Amino acid sequence: MTTSDFDRRHPTDPPGRGRRAGRRRSARPNGADGSREMRMVPDLEFTSYYGRPVVKPVPWGPGIAAYLFLGGVAGGSALLGAGAQLTGRALLRRNCRMAALAAVGLGAAALVEDLGRPERFLNMLRVIKVTSPMSLGSWILSAFSAGAGVAAAAEVDRMTGERLPLGPLRRVLRAVEGPAGLEAAAFGPLLAVYTAVLLADTSTPTWNDARGELPFVFVSSASLASAGLAMITTPVAEAAPARKLAVLGVIGDLVATRVMHQRMDPVAAEPLHEGRPGALLRLSEGLAVAGGIGTLLGGRRRPVAAAAGLALMAASALTRFGIYEAGIRSAKDPRYTIEPQKRRLAARRAAGITDDSITTAG
Amino acid sequence: MPQLAGPTDPAADARWTDVKPRKGFFTDTSICIGCKACEVACKEWNRNPRDGDLDLLGSSYDNTGALGASTWRHVAFIEQKRERIEEAQATGRTLVDLGMPSVGVPAPAGPPPAETVLPDTPEFRWLMSSDVCKHCTHAGCLDVCPTGALFRTEFGTVVVQDDVCNGCGTCVAGCPFGVVERRSDGTAAPKTERGERKGEQPEVPKLGIAQKCTLCYDRLLDDETPACSKACPTTSIKFGDHADMVALARERVRQLHVEGRIEARLYGANELDGVGGTGSVFLLLDEPEVYGLPPDPQVPTAHLPQMFKRAGLAAAAMTAAALISFIGGR
Repeated sequence: MTTSDFDRRHPTDPPGRGRRAGRRRSARPNGADGSREMRMVPDLEFTSYYGRPVVKPVPWGPGIAAYLFLGGVAGGSALLGAGAQLTGRALLRRNCRMAALAAVGLGAAALVEDLGRPERFLNMLRVIKVTSPMSLGSWILSAFSAGAGVAAAAEVDRMTGERLPLGPLRRVLRAVEGPAGLEAAAFGPLLAVYTAVLLADTSTPTWNDARGELPFVFVSSASLASAGLAMITTPVAEAAPARKLAVLGVIGDLVATRVMHQRMDPVAAEPLHEGRPGALLRLSEGLAVAGGIGTLLGGRRRPVAAAAGLALMAASALTRFGIYEAGIRSAKDPRYTIEPQKRRLAARRAAGITDDSITTAG
Repeated sequence: MPQLAGPTDPAADARWTDVKPRKGFFTDTSICIGCKACEVACKEWNRNPRDGDLDLLGSSYDNTGALGASTWRHVAFIEQKRERIEEAQATGRTLVDLGMPSVGVPAPAGPPPAETVLPDTPEFRWLMSSDVCKHCTHAGCLDVCPTGALFRTEFGTVVVQDDVCNGCGTCVAGCPFGVVERRSDGTAAPKTERGERKGEQPEVPKLGIAQKCTLCYDRLLDDETPACSKACPTTSIKFGDHADMVALARERVRQLHVEGRIEARLYGANELDGVGGTGSVFLLLDEPEVYGLPPDPQVPTAHLPQMFKRAGLAAAAMTAAALISFIGGR
């Protein structure tokens, strides 16, 4: 296409026709579909390559979001189980040990299923790599599963009236179940928290920008979910520690989430407020508050405790799915990559740091 | 723990004993003609399958779309009118005024902007740029790979071992440039309608694992030039020792500035940037985001020590909460 000065009176390219590289986007409709909140910051003008994403969204399915939830439930349950073991609460111990194994088993299955080559899942244990949260997580998961498996096996053996065909191994099992329960409890918090680093240590804008507070959101969510599960499974007489952990978890969840939103770049935080992830996270918060209040007011009545426990578990699951989907969303829209990056580059330049830009004049 | 950020020799950092000179590309987009010979040569040499369905994407002459599991060179086409060209000149001038960087070669004296005689501003221009894996000094994909499938070669490049990768997908999120991708067969659903899938295609190899540019590791081992660079008819894609490529890039941008093409700038030639400098250096004629490149990429692992500290604190808090819950009865 060639144009000359004369063409300016007869625009050859009417505005709005077709998609153009370097087009400017500004003043996008605010709250257009009613479910979205108003934007918190005015849109900066920004350019992208035909609106295509700069970074790639991680190719994970919903199985990974489910694992974020299940890993938290497993880790918290092992902690509660060890506490019950040390304070002589037999039912709470049994239920939490079973919960830990069931949750970690389901979670691990979801992880393997999500691999591009599931038959090679053992390659995760080829190396121990400190720069890879996924590698450390695989080892944490393995160590946790070993302890949780032994502890739960002992419970199953007791429940079935010592009918497992163990022979002389029964005495070994009895001897190691206590240490195994404590070992699982030692890895429990790590299992609950490493997934936060796994998400944060990526170029996915929303996850990466939440890196300071995401660990606190995840351990809080794990605490309230595992406590909720214990409130469902265990009679109220033995569930007092679970009720306390649930309330502490709810408080932690509300505080950590708020601090996280405040500290994030407003644009990078936007996917946490808008669309489906925003709706999931708002619902999660409501359920967490309801579950916490239910626990405080009616936690000693079994039906109320069970209902509150269910609300808490749902809240945790929604938190994980909300954060997972917000990250995927942030990777798919170039705006979330480009705008915060331009802003931080400009801020560094304004502060006199001009030697660390990837773009240079020479 | 290996060095997570800052300038370094990546091959030595990876503890290679026989470190070879670091290899890299210098892609000079000012002489790219958009012929896509690099894309074709890359596909042929590396036997990468077709991706997409031969659709027209409506983005100038770019019907490739983006870098991906089966596309390791991607030629971007950008059409600009006078107003955008003037903006590119303005941002280029700002960059020169900032006097960046002062690494290595002294900053180009550069003609003072006010006295520069600009060549006639064209009313329209086409930007063409062949994008490729950056082979970062600190590679996000490599850092987060849990199996060791991604590794640093003796040439300082980053390569996936096909037989080790189990397709966990973490590297896809780790890359700040959106380069590496897990290969799928490209069919979201079986296509039943006649003619919908254009042409017969062979089986897709290396399904389900992460794939990206290897900087033709197999060819480097035989002292050969990577396929894209070998095929480039205008020498827009230059290949050689990384140090020579950076020097060549600085020389070229200085020359363009002297000619008045103030919009010319380098991308990835600064070892103080967020990824410790890239192995593939580019000369661009507008802001990086115009080409689909991130304006301020940072390797996520640079913050890993802080993230571990926060995670340790959070885990301790969770343990403390559980302890508190068991102390005292209610």
